[in-house]
Amino acid sequence: MKITRFFKTIFMVDFITGLLIALREMFKTKKTINYPFEKGKISPRFRGEHALRRYPNGEERCIACKLCEAVCPAQAITIESAERSDGSRKTTRYDIDMMKCIYCGLCEESCPVDAIVQGPNFEFSTETREELYYTKEKLLDNGDRWENILAANIKSDNPYR
Amino acid sequence: MEYINLVFEEIYKILFLLVPVLVSVAMIVWLDRRVWAFVQKRQGPNVVGPFGLLQSLADALKYIFKEIIIPASSNKIIFILAPIITMTLALIAWAVIPFGEEKVLANINVGILYIFAVSSLGVYGIIMGGWASNSKYPFLGSIRSAAQMVSYEVSIGIIIINVLLCVGSLNLSDIVLAQQNIWFIIPLFPMFVIFFISALAETNRPPFDLPEAEAELVAGYQTEYSGMMYAMFWLGEYANILLMCALGSILFLGGWLSPIDLYPFNLIPGAIWLILKILLLFVLFALVKAVVPRYRYDQLMRLGWKIFLPLSLTYVVLTASYLFYFNLLPTI
Repeated sequence: MKITRFFKTIFMVDFITGLLIALREMFKTKKTINYPFEKGKISPRFRGEHALRRYPNGEERCIACKLCEAVCPAQAITIESAERSDGSRKTTRYDIDMMKCIYCGLCEESCPVDAIVQGPNFEFSTETREELYYTKEKLLDNGDRWENILAANIKSDNPYR
Repeated sequence: MEYINLVFEEIYKILFLLVPVLVSVAMIVWLDRRVWAFVQKRQGPNVVGPFGLLQSLADALKYIFKEIIIPASSNKIIFILAPIITMTLALIAWAVIPFGEEKVLANINVGILYIFAVSSLGVYGIIMGGWASNSKYPFLGSIRSAAQMVSYEVSIGIIIINVLLCVGSLNLSDIVLAQQNIWFIIPLFPMFVIFFISALAETNRPPFDLPEAEAELVAGYQTEYSGMMYAMFWLGEYANILLMCALGSILFLGGWLSPIDLYPFNLIPGAIWLILKILLLFVLFALVKAVVPRYRYDQLMRLGWKIFLPLSLTYVVLTASYLFYFNLLPTI
Protein backbone atom coordinates (compact mmCIF):
# COMPACT_ATOMS: atom_id res chain seq x y z
CA MET A 1 0.00 0.00 0.00
CA LYS A 2 2.76 2.37 0.94
CA ILE A 3 4.64 1.53 -2.24
CA THR A 4 1.64 2.33 -4.42
CA ARG A 5 1.21 5.59 -2.57
CA PHE A 6 4.87 6.40 -3.21
CA PHE A 7 4.64 5.78 -6.94
CA LYS A 8 1.36 7.65 -7.11
CA THR A 9 3.08 10.65 -5.57
CA ILE A 10 6.13 10.42 -7.80
CA PHE A 11 4.13 10.23 -11.01
CA MET A 12 1.49 12.70 -9.73
CA VAL A 13 -1.30 10.28 -10.62
CA ASP A 14 -3.92 12.11 -8.57
CA PHE A 15 -2.98 15.44 -10.07
CA ILE A 16 -3.11 14.16 -13.63
CA THR A 17 -6.46 12.48 -12.98
CA GLY A 18 -7.77 15.78 -11.70
CA LEU A 19 -6.42 17.60 -14.72
CA LEU A 20 -8.10 15.13 -17.07
CA ILE A 21 -11.40 15.48 -15.23
CA ALA A 22 -11.09 19.26 -15.56
CA LEU A 23 -10.42 18.90 -19.29
CA ARG A 24 -13.48 16.68 -19.66
CA GLU A 25 -15.70 19.07 -17.72
CA MET A 26 -14.54 22.00 -19.84
CA PHE A 27 -16.46 20.79 -22.86
CA LYS A 28 -19.72 19.99 -21.12
CA THR A 29 -22.77 22.22 -21.30
CA LYS A 30 -22.55 25.24 -19.06
CA LYS A 31 -24.74 25.37 -16.00
CA THR A 32 -24.99 29.16 -16.00
CA ILE A 33 -26.94 31.41 -18.38
CA ASN A 34 -26.23 34.74 -20.02
CA TYR A 35 -28.42 36.58 -17.55
CA PRO A 36 -29.60 39.79 -19.16
CA PHE A 37 -30.01 38.05 -22.51
CA GLU A 38 -31.54 34.79 -21.35
CA LYS A 39 -33.42 34.25 -18.14
CA GLY A 40 -34.03 31.28 -15.95
CA LYS A 41 -37.46 29.75 -15.49
CA ILE A 42 -39.54 31.23 -12.67
CA SER A 43 -42.05 29.31 -10.60
CA PRO A 44 -45.71 30.47 -10.81
CA ARG A 45 -45.46 31.06 -7.07
CA PHE A 46 -42.59 33.49 -7.49
CA ARG A 47 -43.06 36.53 -5.26
CA GLY A 48 -41.82 39.51 -7.20
CA GLU A 49 -43.16 42.98 -7.86
CA HIS A 50 -46.67 43.68 -6.64
CA ALA A 51 -49.65 44.37 -8.86
CA LEU A 52 -53.33 45.25 -8.35
CA ARG A 53 -55.57 43.32 -10.70
CA ARG A 54 -58.85 44.24 -12.38
CA TYR A 55 -61.87 42.26 -13.42
CA PRO A 56 -62.21 41.61 -17.16
CA ASN A 57 -64.74 44.45 -17.38
CA GLY A 58 -62.14 46.91 -16.11
CA GLU A 59 -63.42 47.20 -12.53
CA GLU A 60 -60.85 47.09 -9.79
CA ARG A 61 -60.90 43.88 -7.80
CA CYS A 62 -59.81 45.48 -4.54
CA ILE A 63 -62.67 45.96 -2.09
CA ALA A 64 -60.65 47.81 0.53
CA CYS A 65 -61.08 45.11 3.18
CA LYS A 66 -57.62 46.04 4.48
CA LEU A 67 -56.73 42.42 5.26
CA CYS A 68 -53.42 42.85 3.49
CA GLU A 69 -52.67 45.99 5.45
CA ALA A 70 -53.43 44.13 8.67
CA VAL A 71 -51.41 41.04 7.81
CA CYS A 72 -48.39 42.81 6.40
CA PRO A 73 -45.55 42.02 8.86
CA ALA A 74 -43.43 44.92 7.62
CA GLN A 75 -46.35 47.34 7.67
CA ALA A 76 -45.49 48.39 4.17
CA ILE A 77 -49.08 48.80 2.97
CA THR A 78 -51.24 51.88 3.59
CA ILE A 79 -54.89 51.85 2.52
CA GLU A 80 -57.59 54.51 2.71
CA SER A 81 -61.09 53.82 1.48
CA ALA A 82 -64.31 55.64 0.70
CA GLU A 83 -67.77 54.80 -0.58
CA ARG A 84 -68.18 55.35 -4.24
CA SER A 85 -71.28 56.89 -5.86
CA ASP A 86 -72.63 53.42 -6.77
CA GLY A 87 -72.41 52.37 -3.13
CA SER A 88 -69.41 50.08 -3.40
CA ARG A 89 -66.40 50.43 -1.11
CA LYS A 90 -63.22 51.20 -3.01
CA THR A 91 -59.75 52.33 -2.09
CA THR A 92 -58.82 55.96 -2.49
CA ARG A 93 -55.26 55.25 -1.60
CA TYR A 94 -53.26 52.04 -1.87
CA ASP A 95 -49.55 52.56 -1.21
CA ILE A 96 -46.83 49.98 -0.86
CA ASP A 97 -43.43 51.01 0.39
CA MET A 98 -41.33 48.60 -1.64
CA MET A 99 -38.33 49.20 0.58
CA LYS A 100 -40.20 48.07 3.68
CA CYS A 101 -41.71 45.09 1.88
CA ILE A 102 -40.07 41.77 2.67
CA TYR A 103 -41.77 39.91 -0.19
CA CYS A 104 -43.33 37.34 2.15
CA GLY A 105 -46.46 36.97 0.04
CA LEU A 106 -48.88 37.28 2.95
CA CYS A 107 -50.81 40.10 1.26
CA GLU A 108 -51.43 37.90 -1.75
CA GLU A 109 -52.35 35.04 0.57
CA SER A 110 -54.85 37.09 2.57
CA CYS A 111 -56.59 38.76 -0.35
CA PRO A 112 -60.15 37.38 -0.69
CA VAL A 113 -60.58 38.62 -4.27
CA ASP A 114 -57.09 37.99 -5.71
CA ALA A 115 -56.62 41.72 -6.15
CA ILE A 116 -53.12 42.26 -4.76
CA VAL A 117 -50.70 39.72 -6.22
CA GLN A 118 -46.97 39.37 -6.54
CA GLY A 119 -45.93 38.91 -10.13
CA PRO A 120 -42.93 37.35 -11.82
CA ASN A 121 -41.11 40.66 -12.31
CA PHE A 122 -37.98 41.06 -10.20
CA GLU A 123 -36.17 43.65 -12.28
CA PHE A 124 -37.68 46.86 -10.96
CA SER A 125 -34.64 48.48 -9.43
CA THR A 126 -34.68 52.26 -9.51
CA GLU A 127 -32.17 55.03 -9.16
CA THR A 128 -34.02 56.97 -6.51
CA ARG A 129 -35.76 56.03 -3.31
CA GLU A 130 -38.96 57.90 -4.22
CA GLU A 131 -39.64 55.66 -7.18
CA LEU A 132 -40.02 52.72 -4.84
CA TYR A 133 -43.02 54.22 -2.98
CA TYR A 134 -45.62 52.51 -5.14
CA THR A 135 -49.00 54.19 -5.45
CA LYS A 136 -52.37 52.80 -6.50
CA GLU A 137 -51.91 54.00 -10.09
CA LYS A 138 -48.53 52.31 -10.37
CA LEU A 139 -49.88 49.07 -8.92
CA LEU A 140 -52.92 49.04 -11.21
CA ASP A 141 -50.65 49.81 -14.12
CA ASN A 142 -48.49 46.82 -13.16
CA GLY A 143 -51.63 44.72 -12.99
CA ASP A 144 -52.65 45.74 -16.50
CA ARG A 145 -49.20 45.07 -17.87
CA TRP A 146 -48.73 41.62 -16.33
CA GLU A 147 -52.40 40.49 -16.32
CA ASN A 148 -51.92 37.58 -18.75
CA ILE A 149 -49.04 36.09 -16.84
CA LEU A 150 -50.61 36.80 -13.45
CA ALA A 151 -53.86 35.08 -14.41
CA ALA A 152 -52.00 32.09 -15.83
CA ASN A 153 -49.86 31.82 -12.70
CA ILE A 154 -52.84 31.94 -10.36
CA LYS A 155 -54.64 29.37 -12.46
CA SER A 156 -51.70 26.96 -12.54
CA ASP A 157 -51.11 27.32 -8.82
CA ASN A 158 -54.79 26.93 -7.93
CA PRO A 159 -54.87 23.11 -7.52
CA TYR A 160 -52.24 23.30 -4.79
CA ARG A 161 -53.99 25.94 -2.66
CA MET B 1 21.27 63.05 -37.24
CA GLU B 2 22.29 59.49 -37.82
CA TYR B 3 22.54 59.02 -34.09
CA ILE B 4 18.95 60.20 -33.57
CA ASN B 5 17.75 57.86 -36.29
CA LEU B 6 19.44 54.99 -34.54
CA VAL B 7 17.75 55.88 -31.26
CA PHE B 8 14.37 56.07 -32.94
CA GLU B 9 14.94 52.76 -34.65
CA GLU B 10 15.60 51.16 -31.29
CA ILE B 11 12.50 52.78 -29.81
CA TYR B 12 10.39 51.44 -32.67
CA LYS B 13 11.82 48.00 -32.09
CA ILE B 14 11.03 48.18 -28.39
CA LEU B 15 7.48 49.33 -29.09
CA PHE B 16 7.08 46.59 -31.67
CA LEU B 17 7.89 44.09 -28.91
CA LEU B 18 6.20 45.73 -25.93
CA VAL B 19 2.83 46.58 -27.44
CA PRO B 20 2.10 42.99 -28.52
CA VAL B 21 3.33 41.74 -25.15
CA LEU B 22 1.02 44.10 -23.26
CA VAL B 23 -1.92 43.29 -25.50
CA SER B 24 -1.31 39.59 -25.10
CA VAL B 25 -1.10 40.06 -21.34
CA ALA B 26 -4.59 41.53 -21.46
CA MET B 27 -5.80 38.67 -23.65
CA ILE B 28 -4.16 36.12 -21.41
CA VAL B 29 -6.05 37.43 -18.39
CA TRP B 30 -9.24 36.86 -20.35
CA LEU B 31 -8.10 33.37 -21.34
CA ASP B 32 -7.23 32.58 -17.74
CA ARG B 33 -10.65 33.60 -16.47
CA ARG B 34 -12.38 31.85 -19.32
CA VAL B 35 -10.58 28.53 -18.81
CA TRP B 36 -11.19 28.77 -15.10
CA ALA B 37 -14.88 29.39 -15.71
CA PHE B 38 -15.15 26.56 -18.24
CA VAL B 39 -13.72 24.03 -15.83
CA GLN B 40 -16.34 25.13 -13.31
CA LYS B 41 -19.01 24.98 -16.05
CA ARG B 42 -19.58 28.72 -15.98
CA GLN B 43 -19.68 31.08 -18.94
CA GLY B 44 -16.86 33.36 -17.90
CA PRO B 45 -16.48 36.89 -19.26
CA ASN B 46 -18.29 36.87 -22.60
CA VAL B 47 -20.07 40.21 -22.93
CA VAL B 48 -17.46 42.85 -23.76
CA GLY B 49 -16.46 42.45 -27.39
CA PRO B 50 -16.47 39.17 -29.34
CA PHE B 51 -16.39 36.27 -26.85
CA GLY B 52 -15.63 38.88 -24.18
CA LEU B 53 -12.14 39.39 -25.61
CA LEU B 54 -12.13 43.06 -24.64
CA GLN B 55 -12.98 42.35 -21.00
CA SER B 56 -9.45 43.13 -19.85
CA LEU B 57 -9.50 46.47 -21.66
CA ALA B 58 -12.74 47.35 -19.90
CA ASP B 59 -11.16 46.35 -16.60
CA ALA B 60 -8.09 48.45 -17.34
CA LEU B 61 -10.29 51.41 -18.16
CA LYS B 62 -12.06 50.97 -14.86
CA TYR B 63 -8.75 50.87 -13.00
CA ILE B 64 -7.61 54.06 -14.70
CA PHE B 65 -10.67 55.95 -13.45
CA LYS B 66 -10.36 54.64 -9.90
CA GLU B 67 -8.82 56.75 -7.22
CA ILE B 68 -5.29 55.87 -6.14
CA ILE B 69 -5.30 55.67 -2.37
CA ILE B 70 -1.97 56.14 -0.65
CA PRO B 71 -2.14 55.16 3.03
CA ALA B 72 -1.17 57.97 5.38
CA SER B 73 1.38 55.91 7.25
CA SER B 74 3.02 54.46 4.18
CA ASN B 75 6.41 55.33 2.81
CA LYS B 76 5.10 57.18 -0.20
CA ILE B 77 8.06 57.03 -2.55
CA ILE B 78 8.63 53.31 -2.13
CA PHE B 79 4.90 52.67 -2.15
CA ILE B 80 4.58 54.27 -5.58
CA LEU B 81 7.82 52.77 -6.84
CA ALA B 82 6.91 49.16 -6.03
CA PRO B 83 4.31 48.48 -8.75
CA ILE B 84 6.42 50.37 -11.29
CA ILE B 85 9.40 48.14 -10.52
CA THR B 86 7.33 44.98 -10.66
CA MET B 87 5.91 45.82 -14.06
CA THR B 88 9.13 47.15 -15.54
CA LEU B 89 11.09 44.07 -14.47
CA ALA B 90 8.43 41.80 -15.88
CA LEU B 91 8.60 43.61 -19.21
CA ILE B 92 12.34 44.16 -19.68
CA ALA B 93 13.00 40.44 -19.49
CA TRP B 94 11.17 40.10 -22.82
CA ALA B 95 14.08 41.83 -24.56
CA VAL B 96 16.03 38.61 -24.92
CA ILE B 97 13.19 36.25 -25.87
CA PRO B 98 13.85 35.12 -29.44
CA PHE B 99 10.82 34.87 -31.72
CA GLY B 100 12.82 33.37 -34.55
CA GLU B 101 16.33 33.23 -35.87
CA GLU B 102 17.71 36.78 -35.48
CA LYS B 103 14.21 37.96 -34.47
CA VAL B 104 15.23 39.15 -31.05
CA LEU B 105 15.53 42.62 -29.55
CA ALA B 106 18.83 42.02 -27.73
CA ASN B 107 20.73 38.94 -28.78
CA ILE B 108 23.09 38.96 -25.81
CA ASN B 109 25.18 35.87 -25.23
CA VAL B 110 24.16 35.50 -21.56
CA GLY B 111 20.43 35.76 -22.26
CA ILE B 112 19.33 33.09 -19.84
CA LEU B 113 21.42 34.62 -17.07
CA TYR B 114 19.83 37.99 -17.81
CA ILE B 115 16.30 36.56 -17.55
CA PHE B 116 17.22 34.78 -14.35
CA ALA B 117 18.67 37.94 -12.86
CA VAL B 118 15.70 40.08 -13.84
CA SER B 119 13.12 37.62 -12.57
CA SER B 120 15.05 37.37 -9.29
CA LEU B 121 14.86 41.14 -8.96
CA GLY B 122 11.08 40.81 -9.25
CA VAL B 123 10.97 39.94 -5.56
CA TYR B 124 12.03 43.50 -4.76
CA GLY B 125 8.85 45.00 -6.14
CA ILE B 126 6.81 42.77 -3.89
CA ILE B 127 8.93 43.31 -0.79
CA MET B 128 8.92 47.05 -1.34
CA GLY B 129 5.16 47.05 -1.82
CA GLY B 130 4.59 45.03 1.33
CA TRP B 131 7.05 46.97 3.42
CA ALA B 132 6.04 50.45 2.29
CA SER B 133 2.36 49.79 2.91
CA ASN B 134 3.12 49.80 6.65
CA SER B 135 0.29 47.40 7.35
CA LYS B 136 0.35 43.88 8.70
CA TYR B 137 -1.20 41.80 5.92
CA PRO B 138 0.86 43.27 3.09
CA PHE B 139 3.98 42.83 5.21
CA LEU B 140 3.27 39.17 6.00
CA GLY B 141 2.32 38.55 2.39
CA SER B 142 5.49 40.08 1.06
CA ILE B 143 7.64 38.08 3.48
CA ARG B 144 5.97 34.88 2.38
CA SER B 145 6.34 35.84 -1.22
CA ALA B 146 10.03 36.63 -0.84
CA ALA B 147 10.75 33.33 0.90
CA GLN B 148 8.77 31.41 -1.69
CA MET B 149 10.36 33.05 -4.71
CA VAL B 150 13.87 32.65 -3.34
CA SER B 151 13.32 28.95 -2.61
CA TYR B 152 11.94 28.11 -6.01
CA GLU B 153 14.48 30.20 -7.86
CA VAL B 154 17.13 27.82 -6.57
CA SER B 155 15.50 24.82 -8.20
CA ILE B 156 14.76 26.77 -11.39
CA GLY B 157 18.41 27.76 -11.55
CA ILE B 158 19.54 24.16 -11.25
CA ILE B 159 17.02 23.05 -13.87
CA ILE B 160 18.44 25.66 -16.21
CA ILE B 161 21.90 24.23 -15.54
CA ASN B 162 20.57 20.90 -16.83
CA VAL B 163 19.58 22.52 -20.08
CA LEU B 164 22.80 24.48 -20.32
CA LEU B 165 24.80 21.26 -19.94
CA CYS B 166 23.12 19.95 -23.06
CA VAL B 167 23.54 23.19 -25.00
CA GLY B 168 26.86 24.63 -23.98
CA SER B 169 25.72 28.21 -24.41
CA LEU B 170 23.81 30.80 -22.40
CA ASN B 171 22.35 32.42 -25.51
CA LEU B 172 18.63 31.72 -25.87
CA SER B 173 18.83 31.41 -29.65
CA ASP B 174 21.57 28.82 -29.28
CA ILE B 175 19.43 26.96 -26.76
CA VAL B 176 16.60 26.78 -29.29
CA LEU B 177 18.88 25.78 -32.16
CA ALA B 178 20.37 22.99 -30.04
CA GLN B 179 16.90 21.40 -29.96
CA GLN B 180 16.67 20.93 -33.73
CA ASN B 181 17.11 17.16 -33.42
CA ILE B 182 15.19 16.55 -30.25
CA TRP B 183 13.33 18.87 -27.91
CA PHE B 184 14.73 18.86 -24.41
CA ILE B 185 11.33 17.91 -23.02
CA ILE B 186 12.06 14.30 -24.04
CA PRO B 187 15.45 13.66 -22.42
CA LEU B 188 14.77 16.07 -19.55
CA PHE B 189 11.10 15.34 -18.94
CA PRO B 190 11.30 15.21 -15.11
CA MET B 191 13.08 18.55 -15.22
CA PHE B 192 10.28 19.99 -17.35
CA VAL B 193 7.71 18.92 -14.76
CA ILE B 194 9.73 20.42 -11.94
CA PHE B 195 10.32 23.56 -13.98
CA PHE B 196 6.61 23.91 -14.58
CA ILE B 197 5.74 23.53 -10.91
CA SER B 198 8.55 25.87 -9.89
CA ALA B 199 7.31 28.39 -12.42
CA LEU B 200 3.89 28.20 -10.79
CA ALA B 201 5.50 28.95 -7.43
CA GLU B 202 7.77 31.62 -8.89
CA THR B 203 4.84 33.57 -10.33
CA ASN B 204 2.65 33.13 -7.23
CA ARG B 205 0.06 31.15 -9.13
CA PRO B 206 -2.25 28.64 -7.47
CA PRO B 207 -1.59 26.24 -5.80
CA PHE B 208 1.30 28.36 -4.55
CA ASP B 209 -0.52 31.69 -4.28
CA LEU B 210 0.20 31.93 -0.57
CA PRO B 211 1.32 35.57 -0.66
CA GLU B 212 -2.22 36.52 -1.59
CA ALA B 213 -4.09 33.77 0.23
CA GLU B 214 -7.30 35.69 0.76
CA ALA B 215 -8.45 33.49 3.63
CA GLU B 216 -5.42 34.47 5.68
CA LEU B 217 -3.89 37.60 4.26
CA VAL B 218 -6.69 39.58 2.58
CA ALA B 219 -4.81 40.18 -0.68
CA GLY B 220 -1.22 39.93 0.52
CA TYR B 221 1.13 42.66 -0.64
CA GLN B 222 -1.56 44.17 -2.88
CA THR B 223 -3.93 44.91 0.00
CA GLU B 224 -3.26 48.64 0.23
CA TYR B 225 -3.04 49.21 -3.49
CA SER B 226 -5.84 50.55 -5.62
CA GLY B 227 -6.54 51.93 -9.05
CA MET B 228 -3.80 51.94 -11.65
CA MET B 229 -1.14 50.89 -9.15
CA TYR B 230 -3.00 47.69 -8.43
CA ALA B 231 -3.45 47.17 -12.15
CA MET B 232 0.29 47.50 -12.64
CA PHE B 233 0.97 44.78 -10.09
CA TRP B 234 -1.55 42.68 -11.89
CA LEU B 235 -0.06 43.40 -15.30
CA GLY B 236 3.40 42.62 -13.99
CA GLU B 237 2.19 39.36 -12.53
CA TYR B 238 0.66 38.20 -15.78
CA ALA B 239 3.62 39.45 -17.81
CA ASN B 240 5.77 37.31 -15.52
CA ILE B 241 3.54 34.31 -16.07
CA LEU B 242 3.77 34.82 -19.81
CA LEU B 243 7.54 35.15 -19.51
CA MET B 244 7.74 31.89 -17.59
CA CYS B 245 5.64 30.18 -20.28
CA ALA B 246 7.95 31.62 -22.94
CA LEU B 247 11.00 30.45 -21.00
CA GLY B 248 9.48 27.00 -20.63
CA SER B 249 8.80 26.74 -24.33
CA ILE B 250 12.28 27.97 -25.23
CA LEU B 251 14.11 25.73 -22.78
CA PHE B 252 12.09 22.56 -23.25
CA LEU B 253 9.67 22.84 -26.18
CA GLY B 254 12.04 23.99 -28.90
CA GLY B 255 11.14 27.68 -28.99
CA TRP B 256 10.30 28.79 -32.50
CA LEU B 257 11.06 25.40 -34.09
CA SER B 258 8.15 23.56 -35.66
CA PRO B 259 7.34 20.18 -34.12
CA ILE B 260 8.02 18.32 -37.37
CA ASP B 261 10.50 19.59 -39.91
CA LEU B 262 8.25 18.72 -42.84
CA TYR B 263 6.75 20.68 -45.72
CA PRO B 264 3.42 22.15 -44.49
CA PHE B 265 4.72 22.84 -41.00
CA ASN B 266 7.86 24.59 -42.26
CA LEU B 267 5.85 27.36 -43.88
CA ILE B 268 4.33 28.57 -40.62
CA PRO B 269 6.57 31.31 -39.21
CA GLY B 270 8.55 30.50 -36.09
CA ALA B 271 6.95 33.27 -34.06
CA ILE B 272 3.57 31.57 -34.46
CA TRP B 273 4.97 28.28 -33.21
CA LEU B 274 6.45 30.03 -30.20
CA ILE B 275 3.14 31.76 -29.48
CA LEU B 276 1.27 28.47 -29.79
CA LYS B 277 3.67 26.81 -27.36
CA ILE B 278 3.34 29.71 -24.92
CA LEU B 279 -0.44 29.43 -25.18
CA LEU B 280 -0.32 25.69 -24.57
CA LEU B 281 1.74 26.17 -21.44
CA PHE B 282 -0.51 28.99 -20.30
CA VAL B 283 -3.65 26.91 -20.69
CA LEU B 284 -1.93 24.35 -18.51
CA PHE B 285 -1.23 27.12 -15.97
CA ALA B 286 -4.90 28.10 -16.04
CA LEU B 287 -6.09 24.51 -15.73
CA VAL B 288 -3.86 23.93 -12.74
CA LYS B 289 -5.35 27.02 -11.13
CA ALA B 290 -8.81 25.56 -11.58
CA VAL B 291 -7.93 22.10 -10.36
CA VAL B 292 -5.70 22.21 -7.31
CA PRO B 293 -6.26 23.53 -3.79
CA ARG B 294 -3.78 25.88 -2.14
CA TYR B 295 -0.67 24.46 -0.45
CA ARG B 296 0.07 24.98 3.20
CA TYR B 297 3.17 27.07 3.81
CA ASP B 298 5.28 24.31 5.35
CA GLN B 299 4.29 21.97 2.53
CA LEU B 300 5.40 24.60 0.05
CA MET B 301 8.79 24.93 1.69
CA ARG B 302 9.17 21.17 2.00
CA LEU B 303 8.39 20.72 -1.68
CA GLY B 304 10.91 23.36 -2.67
CA TRP B 305 13.84 22.47 -0.47
CA LYS B 306 13.43 18.78 0.31
CA ILE B 307 12.09 17.44 -2.96
CA PHE B 308 12.76 19.72 -5.92
CA LEU B 309 16.24 20.81 -4.93
CA PRO B 310 17.67 17.29 -4.36
CA LEU B 311 15.83 15.93 -7.40
CA SER B 312 17.14 18.58 -9.76
CA LEU B 313 20.64 18.34 -8.29
CA THR B 314 20.62 14.59 -8.83
CA TYR B 315 19.48 15.13 -12.37
CA VAL B 316 22.34 17.56 -12.97
CA VAL B 317 24.79 14.87 -11.89
CA LEU B 318 23.02 12.29 -14.05
CA THR B 319 22.96 14.52 -17.13
CA ALA B 320 26.56 15.57 -16.68
CA SER B 321 27.83 12.02 -16.20
CA TYR B 322 25.76 10.76 -19.13
CA LEU B 323 27.09 13.46 -21.43
CA PHE B 324 30.63 12.96 -20.18
CA TYR B 325 30.57 9.15 -20.42
CA PHE B 326 29.22 9.08 -23.96
CA ASN B 327 31.42 12.02 -24.91
CA LEU B 328 28.44 14.13 -25.94
CA LEU B 329 29.45 17.29 -24.16
CA PRO B 330 28.78 20.25 -26.44
CA THR B 331 31.86 21.99 -27.74
CA ILE B 332 31.02 25.61 -28.30
